[in-house]
Amino acid sequence: MSEQLKVPTMAEFMAEGKQPEILFWVGSAGSYDDRAKKITKAFVKVLHKANVDFAVLGTEESNTGDVAKRAGNEFLFQMQAVMNIEVLNAYEVKRIVTCDPHSFNCIKNEYPSLGGNYDVIHHTQYIQELMEAGRLTIEGNTYKGKRITFHDPCYLGRANKVYDAPRNVLKTTNATLTEMKRHKGTALCCGAGGAQMFKDAEPGNKEINVLRTEDALETNPDIIATGCPYCNTMMTDGIKAKEKEGTVTVLDVAELIANS
Amino acid sequence: MEYIPNIIFAIILILGVGYFARNINKLIRNIKLGQAVDASDNKSERWTNVVRIALGQSKMVKRPVSGFLHVVVYVGFVIINIEVLEIIIDGIFGTHRIGLEILPTSVYGFLIGSFEVLAVSVLITVVIFWLRRNVIKVKRFLSSEMKGWPKSDGNIILYFEVVLMCLFLVMNATDTAFQTMDSGNVISQFIAPWFEGFSLDALHNIERVAWWLHITGILVFLNYLYFSKHLHILLAFPNVYYGSVEPKGKVNNLEAVTNEVKLMMDPDADPYAAPAETAEDEVPAKFGASDVMDLSQVQLLNAYTCTECGRCTSACPASLTGKKLSPRKIMMDTRDRLEEVGKNIDANNGVFKDDGKQLLGDYILNEELWACTTCNACVEECPVSINPLSIILDMRRYLVMEQSAAPMELNNMMTNIENNGAPWPYNQMDRLNWAKEE
Repeated sequence: MSEQLKVPTMAEFMAEGKQPEILFWVGSAGSYDDRAKKITKAFVKVLHKANVDFAVLGTEESNTGDVAKRAGNEFLFQMQAVMNIEVLNAYEVKRIVTCDPHSFNCIKNEYPSLGGNYDVIHHTQYIQELMEAGRLTIEGNTYKGKRITFHDPCYLGRANKVYDAPRNVLKTTNATLTEMKRHKGTALCCGAGGAQMFKDAEPGNKEINVLRTEDALETNPDIIATGCPYCNTMMTDGIKAKEKEGTVTVLDVAELIANS
Repeated sequence: MEYIPNIIFAIILILGVGYFARNINKLIRNIKLGQAVDASDNKSERWTNVVRIALGQSKMVKRPVSGFLHVVVYVGFVIINIEVLEIIIDGIFGTHRIGLEILPTSVYGFLIGSFEVLAVSVLITVVIFWLRRNVIKVKRFLSSEMKGWPKSDGNIILYFEVVLMCLFLVMNATDTAFQTMDSGNVISQFIAPWFEGFSLDALHNIERVAWWLHITGILVFLNYLYFSKHLHILLAFPNVYYGSVEPKGKVNNLEAVTNEVKLMMDPDADPYAAPAETAEDEVPAKFGASDVMDLSQVQLLNAYTCTECGRCTSACPASLTGKKLSPRKIMMDTRDRLEEVGKNIDANNGVFKDDGKQLLGDYILNEELWACTTCNACVEECPVSINPLSIILDMRRYLVMEQSAAPMELNNMMTNIENNGAPWPYNQMDRLNWAKEE
């Protein structure tokens, strides 16, 4: 994949006096984290494949403030939120899609009372929507016969009750979907939420991501699918801790669809 | 002289209900120490929740074994209490089984028969509950916060129920007229033979003693509620009503912060302007919570409602991996501190006297708060819509905004967001670089 991705910005759209169908909110992890950037690019490929007229904010995007809020810094959160809302409203953004369930939850639920009202959806929901509209179809059989187990991100699942979209999308790959004992409402956190991603775990007798990886390994999977860049990191680390890198891979739903 | 039993009964009833009412008043006063909450929205959804979650036990049965057992005790408890109505009328007016005079024998028999069957079901279930706590040792009843009083409390409640159910059955078995009528004595007819050979007088006396002990026991139990974890049988209903109707991921935006942020962002605001006249009397807003008075009334109601079942803790990723955090303990600590504050107010003529203690530090430690992943597993699990996470977040807010006491790595992360709009030290202008990389 040597060709450079075409990623239009809102500023470019505005210069042409146009509005994109949807704004792709990349998020901090998706912009800077090496593993998460792959998910971002995979999703862009999916968007291109479905001929979606999308744009990103690019350098005008800033951190949602979600992680600061969960850490207790309501000031920083609201400062970030107000700045982002100003930009989004200036571009008259109506619809937002993101690969990060934390951004998804934050913009969808916590921006409205600060003046940011948008239709916010998670990328698994958008992929499902594109498939239902016939704009995106899976031709290949890359994952046929592979065993995939989906790890529910807390901020997608329990926080916003989105359980079916990622599963419906995964079904189209013709892979065999297996469920962990703890799934959907009872899914175990990967250990990254609530700002834990950015600090050492408090003293305990086990790492949460290892426990969750054990849940996943019980299903004997070839692939652990996730829909969150942080879950992805945690599960990937878990797989390394369990020395299963040779047999199990951790992939985002967007990557699975881009490869199919 | 013939009215003496009626009078004694009335006195016991008034004392029992009166003392309970007094404690409930205290409970309401304590809850009102918290910050007021506007829950006037979504009325129909709130009532639906009460019907489904509280009345219908929809979340209890998510764990089928304990859920089923709980439904048996719950249904038994609610239905058998219809009998208490008859007991009260009989007690006040000196009648005996007034129900028989109002209802046809067959209907009355059906009712009492159902009560008897339920009483036996409750007895069996309560024994299983006791075994789960004391012999099988289900893990969630063994956490460190369950040592001492919480453990005894759980058992005492079970003993209460055994005694009350036995008294009800013995009362029916030794009621010779009721046994002769032979309608509704589904279970008690098998207990009656145990008393064969007793004189009619003796039987009558046993029946009376059982009757008096039964109603006194119920009143004692009613009053025990306030001192135990068992308040959920009453508070589950309001608690579910006031529970959140928003997506679980939504955390409230602090209004006090919004006002300050607006001021900071307002280009027309004069930073050197003298504060408005009224502002001087105002107590500056405290960000977050360090004690129970800073929490909302709903959070305090949550604390009184918690029955310490531990489903939250058994689903908490931090608890499961040996961290100090236990969402159940957060609720128990909140209640313990609230009770302490309440007693302080009682002892000081209605005014709280600073006791040098607070919820944060004296009950809940920073280490517990920083172990939370905000995953909402505890909130999802709670069968009566308690939200331990909201308390954890409010206390984190206090730690960060009032004390700047976040762990160092988090301070670094927040500084990065402030400086360059990302939790890592990358340049804001590089935010789109991914698109140019291969």
